[in-house]
Amino acid sequence: MLLIRCPWCGEREETEFRYGGQAHIATPRSDVDDASWARFLFHRDNPAGPFAERWVHIHGCRRWFHIVRDTLTHDITRSYLPSESPEDAG
Amino acid sequence: MKRRPSGGLLDRDRALRFSWDGRTLSGFAGDTLASALLGNNVSTVGRSVAQGRPRGVMSAGLEEAHAFAQIGEGGATEPLVRSTGVELYEGLVARSLSIRGVLSPETDSGRFEKRYAHADVMVVGGGPTGIAAALAAGLQGARVVIADEGPELGGALLRDRYLIDGRPAAEWVRAAGLMLAGLPEVRVLPRTTAFAALDQNGIVLAERVSQHLPIADRSGLADRRLWRVRAKQVILATGALERPLVFPDNDRPGIMLASAARAYLHRFALTPERIVVFATNDDAYRTVFDLHDAGVVIAAVLDARDEATGGLPRKARQAGFEIETGAVVTGTIGDQDGVLQAVRVARLAGGGERLVPCDLLAVSGGWDPNLNLHQQRRGATRWDDRLATFLPGAAVPMQTIVGAANGRYGLNDCLVGGREAGLAAAAALGFAGTVVPAPSAGDEAEGEHASVWHITAPDGDESRSFIDLHRDVTVAGVTRALGAGVRHVEHVKRYTLIGTGVEQGRSAKVNAGRAVAGGIGLDFAQVGVSSGRPPAEPVPFALLAARSRGALFEPVRTTPIHPAHVALGAVFEDAGQWKRARYYPRPGEGMSEAVVRECLAVRNGVALMDASTLGKIDVQGPDSAKFLDRLYTNRIGTLKPGRARYGLMCRLDGVVFDDGVVMRLEPNRFFVTTTTGNAGPVMEWMEQHLQTEWPDLRVWLTSVTEQWATVPLVGPRAREVLAPLVVGMDLSKEAFPFMAVKDGVVAGLPARVARVSFSGELAFEVSVAWDQGLALWDALLDAGSAYAITPYGTEALDVLRTEKGYIIVGQDTDATTTPADAGLEWMIAQDKDFLGKRSLERPAMQRTDRKGLVGILPDDPGVVVPEGCHLVADPNEATPMTILGHITSSFVSPSIRRSFGLAMVTGGRARVGQRLYAPMMNGAPAVTIVDPVFYDPKGARRDG
Repeated sequence: MLLIRCPWCGEREETEFRYGGQAHIATPRSDVDDASWARFLFHRDNPAGPFAERWVHIHGCRRWFHIVRDTLTHDITRSYLPSESPEDAG
Repeated sequence: MKRRPSGGLLDRDRALRFSWDGRTLSGFAGDTLASALLGNNVSTVGRSVAQGRPRGVMSAGLEEAHAFAQIGEGGATEPLVRSTGVELYEGLVARSLSIRGVLSPETDSGRFEKRYAHADVMVVGGGPTGIAAALAAGLQGARVVIADEGPELGGALLRDRYLIDGRPAAEWVRAAGLMLAGLPEVRVLPRTTAFAALDQNGIVLAERVSQHLPIADRSGLADRRLWRVRAKQVILATGALERPLVFPDNDRPGIMLASAARAYLHRFALTPERIVVFATNDDAYRTVFDLHDAGVVIAAVLDARDEATGGLPRKARQAGFEIETGAVVTGTIGDQDGVLQAVRVARLAGGGERLVPCDLLAVSGGWDPNLNLHQQRRGATRWDDRLATFLPGAAVPMQTIVGAANGRYGLNDCLVGGREAGLAAAAALGFAGTVVPAPSAGDEAEGEHASVWHITAPDGDESRSFIDLHRDVTVAGVTRALGAGVRHVEHVKRYTLIGTGVEQGRSAKVNAGRAVAGGIGLDFAQVGVSSGRPPAEPVPFALLAARSRGALFEPVRTTPIHPAHVALGAVFEDAGQWKRARYYPRPGEGMSEAVVRECLAVRNGVALMDASTLGKIDVQGPDSAKFLDRLYTNRIGTLKPGRARYGLMCRLDGVVFDDGVVMRLEPNRFFVTTTTGNAGPVMEWMEQHLQTEWPDLRVWLTSVTEQWATVPLVGPRAREVLAPLVVGMDLSKEAFPFMAVKDGVVAGLPARVARVSFSGELAFEVSVAWDQGLALWDALLDAGSAYAITPYGTEALDVLRTEKGYIIVGQDTDATTTPADAGLEWMIAQDKDFLGKRSLERPAMQRTDRKGLVGILPDDPGVVVPEGCHLVADPNEATPMTILGHITSSFVSPSIRRSFGLAMVTGGRARVGQRLYAPMMNGAPAVTIVDPVFYDPKGARRDG
């Protein structure tokens, strides 16, 4: 059971949150070819290590945010706003 | 074993009666069930699971692999409990088991609770190490939780004769306990086992709150309590467990761990008459000293090592004990009941055997640090040659593993290590309080541990040399597994079931790994042991659920009109957490009769239903229209204030997600309804896009599902019923056309009235404030009484909407259905983008052989083909048949007086006129594919 830091509410139990998949996936323009669109819809990275992902504090402030979680250790190294990039988050 | 007249940690003034297999026996306060049985000379306490061999008590703790019992009666029975962990109480009822417990068919009457706690420092284990750690951290001012599975702190100090600071260890334990109790931020949890170590230092504990009390004294108390602790620092002081040795007939009653023999002496005042001690390490010599001092005859001291040079063996020699080094037990002899009578002794190097009579064989195969919680966090382990066991590698971040759990078995090491860990954990969190001097104890120089684990059977029969005493797995069993080609310890575990028992293989893991290593000729350090996973201790599901049972399992949502449904005798169905009236049977009516009556009232008269469970979202802001245009497949922005439109939403992949009605109340304000089940998901979908994709849009969302109670008044007489209740609202079809919305007053209540219909009939959907819902319902019923107004439920609604070919998202559609598949291609705006639009352009979404919505008419109008049935062209085709689709909705229509339904079939409406079959276990009724609108296809009835 993870302890997740919501940028608005602080550390809370995982049960208060819902997972939102990989972060920083830009929606392509609608005139991209079918293969590119399918990649956007169905393909996600699955690294063994640090992974930027989206969560929503669904049973709390209902805000979306990002964390960087190590998929091997579950260590959460960053928690930041959707408007920030993983690099400039402290 | 015999009870000594005095001694032990027993309250001799409190004799307790208990029942064992129907016999009434007696013990003392302070006994466990196991010690009480031994004290009553019950040496065989059960039968082994596979071979049915007699089994006794082999330990004094939770590593027990034999002595299981069924505790309690009726709904409070607990199956498969280790007798060594059951505190005796007056009136305890217990039965012996052949390792298999019996679940009571009755509802578990136990009371379970759940608590959450935060700790600066969580100390797992209340032995000398844990006490020293908790005291050091607690005195620094840290908030400490210390948990121990026993009824009191002390751990190994309770079973051994140690001195601390020159005084008996018990005095130090008592003083430390008083100090801990005096620290306001320290919580001591006895009878509490940590069974799971979760990420970010979540520790889950199971506390036995009242299970040690006589049943009459438990009222008002929980049986057990689940603790979920979040700790900034965790100190694992989980100790070490003694390991049995493997030799022929090593499972007889009368064979126990060397440390357990001391525990039964010092805690429970129980002694055998003649003991053989079989050692591979120095600690077992404590058993020699202690039992000798208690008057027990030491029949033999066997040490598998070639030489025993440590401090304790040296003292033993000085005291005149004869130590046979290089000697081992090669077998045991039992009486007619299988209870130990004598052991066979021989040189490890070979040679002749001799018989040594005894009634207790104390064995010590060495010690294994208890690393389960460490391993649950993927903590590393490393092999240690000197101690012949696995020690922890680097600790998990924000954790310390210390004392015997870290392979430091000396008491002084434990006291010093625990104190240092406590100080370090507190200092890491910035605490700087009182520091007390370290307690000290004199440790003996310790010799190497023998790596002997298995004494080969002289006759070559390894089928009585038990590795896992609980699961009845022998050396022969492991050899069989290896012979079958299984190699990895995790695979051997699953093939043989070694380590899958209640005690989680505590005593069997290492020997199992060694058997595998020996069998395939590999170095044990490489083979290793199977991993530790939660739960480290068996936990009843009822404890995990705690109070979330029965009525408290899940919230039940009811509408404000619910009491009226109950009064009308409604039969309810669950829609998510909501209770919805399914139909309202009159006396003598079943569901089908009631539904026919309700449907005909809608079609021919006037009826009303409770639609308050519909999801409702208030959408406001200058960009609301732009926002909704991006969400819905059809155009919303062109909607005029005071008008409503049916709306459809897709997921990003183009699959139908939800439908509902969008009303524009003001230029920048919309009122959106969703299906009952999707109220939450649609709100979250909208929020997600506002926050993450379009943060520039000025839109604000409010869920108002439970602010508006909604009652559709439906049927050709609806206008007449409503007219006298409204003030200043023209209900004529010209002034109040289909899909118009008006705010006004209905029956004296501020109301919003919309002309939307899910049945095809004239309908006024009236919404009022939630807490006025019942008043509205009563007023409408009253006004309609002259027109035989009829309440109708969800079942009738389902028939009515199916007659009109209206889909229910999730019933007639699934996770592959596009709008076009559902016959809603007219809902797709071509001149704007929306979520899912690009996906609908993918070639797979445009194939002509996709499944599409059609109607079905069974050949036999009296047959309702069950929903979910497959449809095929040839009912006689050999299986697997070519499946063309399936039936999604199927009913009897009171309006067309026959069975009918909806289906999704490949090719969709191109198949209209074809005859397909629904193959079932008995027969394959034929159906004809038709257009999915069965009633009033021109929509002539909606204006009344």
